[in-house]
Amino acid sequence: MEDTPVLSLSQVSKAFGAVRAVREVSLDLYAGEAHALAGENGAGKSTLVKILSGVHQPDAGRILLDGEPVEFGGPANAQQAGVAVIYQEPTLFPDLSVMENIFMGRQPRSRFGIDRRAMRTAAAELFARLGVQLEPDRPARGLSIADQQLVEIAKALSRQARVLIMDEPTAALSGKEVARLFGVAEALRGQGCALLFISHRLEEIFKLCQRVTVLRDGGFVASHPIADITPDDLVRRMVGRELESLFPKQETDTGEVALSVRRLTREGIFTDVSFEVRRGEIVALAGLVGAGRSEVARAVFGIDRWDAGSVEVDGRRLRPASPTAAMAAGLALVPEDRRQQGLVMDLSIERNIGLAGLAALHKGPLISRPAERERARDWAVRLRLKFARLTDPVNVLSGGNQQKVVLAKWLARRPSVLIVDEPTRGIDVATKAEVHRLLSELAGSGVAVLMISSELPEVLGMADRVLVMHEGRLVAELDRAAATEESVMAAATGRSVT
Amino acid sequence: MTATATKTETVRRNGGRRLVDRVARVRELGIVVALAALFGVTGAVNPSFLTYGSLRDILLNSSIVALLAVGQTLVVITRNVDLSVSSVVGLSAFGGALILADHPGVPIPVVIAGCVLLGAACGAVNGLLVGAAKVPALVATLGTLYAFRGIDYAWAGGRQVNAADMPEGFLSLGTRSVLGVPLPALVALAVLLVVGWMLRNFRSGRELYAIGSHPEAAVLAGIRVRRRIIAAFVANGALAGLAGVMWAARFGTVDATVATGKELDVIAAVVVGGVAIFGGSGTVYGAALGALLLASITSALAVLRVDALAQTAINGALLIAAIVLDRLLALRVAAALRRRRFHDDH
Ligand SMILES: Nc1ncnc2c1ncn2[C@@H]1O[C@H](COP(=O)(O)OP(=O)(O)OP(=O)(O)O)[C@@H](O)[C@H]1O
Ligand SMILES: [Mg+2]
Repeated sequence: MEDTPVLSLSQVSKAFGAVRAVREVSLDLYAGEAHALAGENGAGKSTLVKILSGVHQPDAGRILLDGEPVEFGGPANAQQAGVAVIYQEPTLFPDLSVMENIFMGRQPRSRFGIDRRAMRTAAAELFARLGVQLEPDRPARGLSIADQQLVEIAKALSRQARVLIMDEPTAALSGKEVARLFGVAEALRGQGCALLFISHRLEEIFKLCQRVTVLRDGGFVASHPIADITPDDLVRRMVGRELESLFPKQETDTGEVALSVRRLTREGIFTDVSFEVRRGEIVALAGLVGAGRSEVARAVFGIDRWDAGSVEVDGRRLRPASPTAAMAAGLALVPEDRRQQGLVMDLSIERNIGLAGLAALHKGPLISRPAERERARDWAVRLRLKFARLTDPVNVLSGGNQQKVVLAKWLARRPSVLIVDEPTRGIDVATKAEVHRLLSELAGSGVAVLMISSELPEVLGMADRVLVMHEGRLVAELDRAAATEESVMAAATGRSVT
Repeated sequence: MTATATKTETVRRNGGRRLVDRVARVRELGIVVALAALFGVTGAVNPSFLTYGSLRDILLNSSIVALLAVGQTLVVITRNVDLSVSSVVGLSAFGGALILADHPGVPIPVVIAGCVLLGAACGAVNGLLVGAAKVPALVATLGTLYAFRGIDYAWAGGRQVNAADMPEGFLSLGTRSVLGVPLPALVALAVLLVVGWMLRNFRSGRELYAIGSHPEAAVLAGIRVRRRIIAAFVANGALAGLAGVMWAARFGTVDATVATGKELDVIAAVVVGGVAIFGGSGTVYGAALGALLLASITSALAVLRVDALAQTAINGALLIAAIVLDRLLALRVAAALRRRRFHDDH
């Protein structure tokens, strides 16, 4: 790579108060090259992205565009320079249509102002390129996270940028959509676009990228051609130590049925879903994005109502559409959309962790602050939470660390039935192992665990049984021995008829 | 297989468009239905309510608030609010009347333009406080509500300008009709159509919605949020300035207390009209219809000899009904959207 990089950072630093999020990091993005940025939660990846996109201004160091120093005073400057960004957190306008979200500020125009027909066609074309079926005219409100992510991707593609930055674009997607995205990314790369890619799934990094830069605690660790490094090396660089094996589900004796779902139906969403989860068991709910898995979980927990069927916890029927009743019965749900459903963004870390289990913290009518703090500290350590103070609001945490707070909040309740929706989404490799160990431990102590996951290795490694959903129906139930990558995928795509 | 897939797809796509449009329309249609019911019932009880003179009065009475509601919508869409409009109206009305009374030589169009500019300047103060200094709109415009009124009092010094002091040509603007429709109503209608069209068809108009829908995302999308918010306040101020001249022309008697308390009527009209108070959605058409509905109710209650105190209570009830309706609609739509969110892969 003798030629000048399209965009590069030279010795860039950024601090938020006492937190030094990025320290003297350099990074070169070349045309036609996909560059991965790897590091644990809170390593400073998203901060670096926001420096490149003009959201944050670096405290020190320079940004170079085609070798010339530039200053990005705001996102508009970076956009004009040809930088398109998919941020880690979805940034859609819920009240506006999907197509307007994609083209905001760049809507196609005719003589009479915005040309909605042209905009609709252009949006449909983008969706076709990504192989998704979304209505350009529907509002963004109510889209699943995966769909939101796809809209973000379409938005970035529509900019026809010279530099495309993707901060965990695949976290919410399943295999098929990821493959599509990679196809499109490869094509862009072929046209000379420079890519910066962030993911906690190492196999994706090795598949897509030619070069990887590793950050640890805000500092620059190394930058390698991908061919010169193995996944194990990469993990060691990120974590700074050796990691134990990834999926340590222990064998436990399963007890009586804790959660029993019978013929649950919600018109147009899922049909006739029946299953049981026993104490000590981890049951995985697999399937493609949009198969209705999260919807089943939401209904079981009482967030959405159902039209027919029943849910029993420890043999007692649950009142429908009542999360309070579900919680009283010992059910806990770690939701898929954690930012919107799992956290109070302006509240402190310790209060968020305490929130779901307030009852346990009561001392008379008041909440015991020391107990709350004690518990928060304990969970923060267990989940390797990276934070400055427990009293900081959660919205200053990195994306992955916010996920950990939600996990802590529900795990701290000691539920008897735990439903986790994508428990390790956006969580780094080291903590992933920790989460798996925790889930396994919980199961070992007699908790019934229902785990929704789009990550096949996680499903196969953790689950005692695998239920597979396809288009709103439960199409397969596989025990540990029968569950293989092929059998699960076949059922998930509706190919097996057994 | 493919054929059926495409078919369900088109069905669904059309469904999506219809759903969004329907909600917007249901809301405005609701007001139209309420208006029809109101006129039907009141007209049945007292036919004089439906005479030309009575309808003309209703139009005249609603046009100033409608104009203000259109301006206020621009601000509310961006998740802000402008409480100071009534003081801007007062300032503009008094300023305009004073010039006309003391300097009869100044042409009327110049006076009108001056009032609009004065309003825009007031709007710029609000805009800079909110957009640039990041003072929450509620507090900033509460402050300027008092400040502008204070300037008005100081300027007037107890003086009152009467109809006799102003040129006949100016006063007739407030009452003249074109093809049977009072001029102020035509002005409000013209402004409504222009602003409505701009909000829908200009990129900058769409950006106002984006800002109110998700302010942080608007920044990330490269929208010049500060500039847009200031522009919304300036436009609202300019319309308030225009409303001020219209007030002076219509009522003829102007002192420093003009339009005191009107800001609440304006916000009520906006909310009744279905503009979300937390920004991001609603139309100026709805807001204008809201103003018309509130004015009609006031007139109808007077015709029905309901006393003034009850009128206030009824307006309050209407406001709450509108908010409840919006909430219910929003829930229905959210549920419908969640149902449709999930896309199968063929
Ligand atoms: N606005 C902010 N205010 C204060 N601290 C912040 C802010 N943004 C980020 N940080 C801190 O900077 C550090 C780096 O965060 P960053 O979001 O860059 O991490 P990341 O590498 O993207 O992690 P993840 O994999 O979890 O997304 C974290 O410790 C975070 O708490
Ligand atoms: Mg991040």
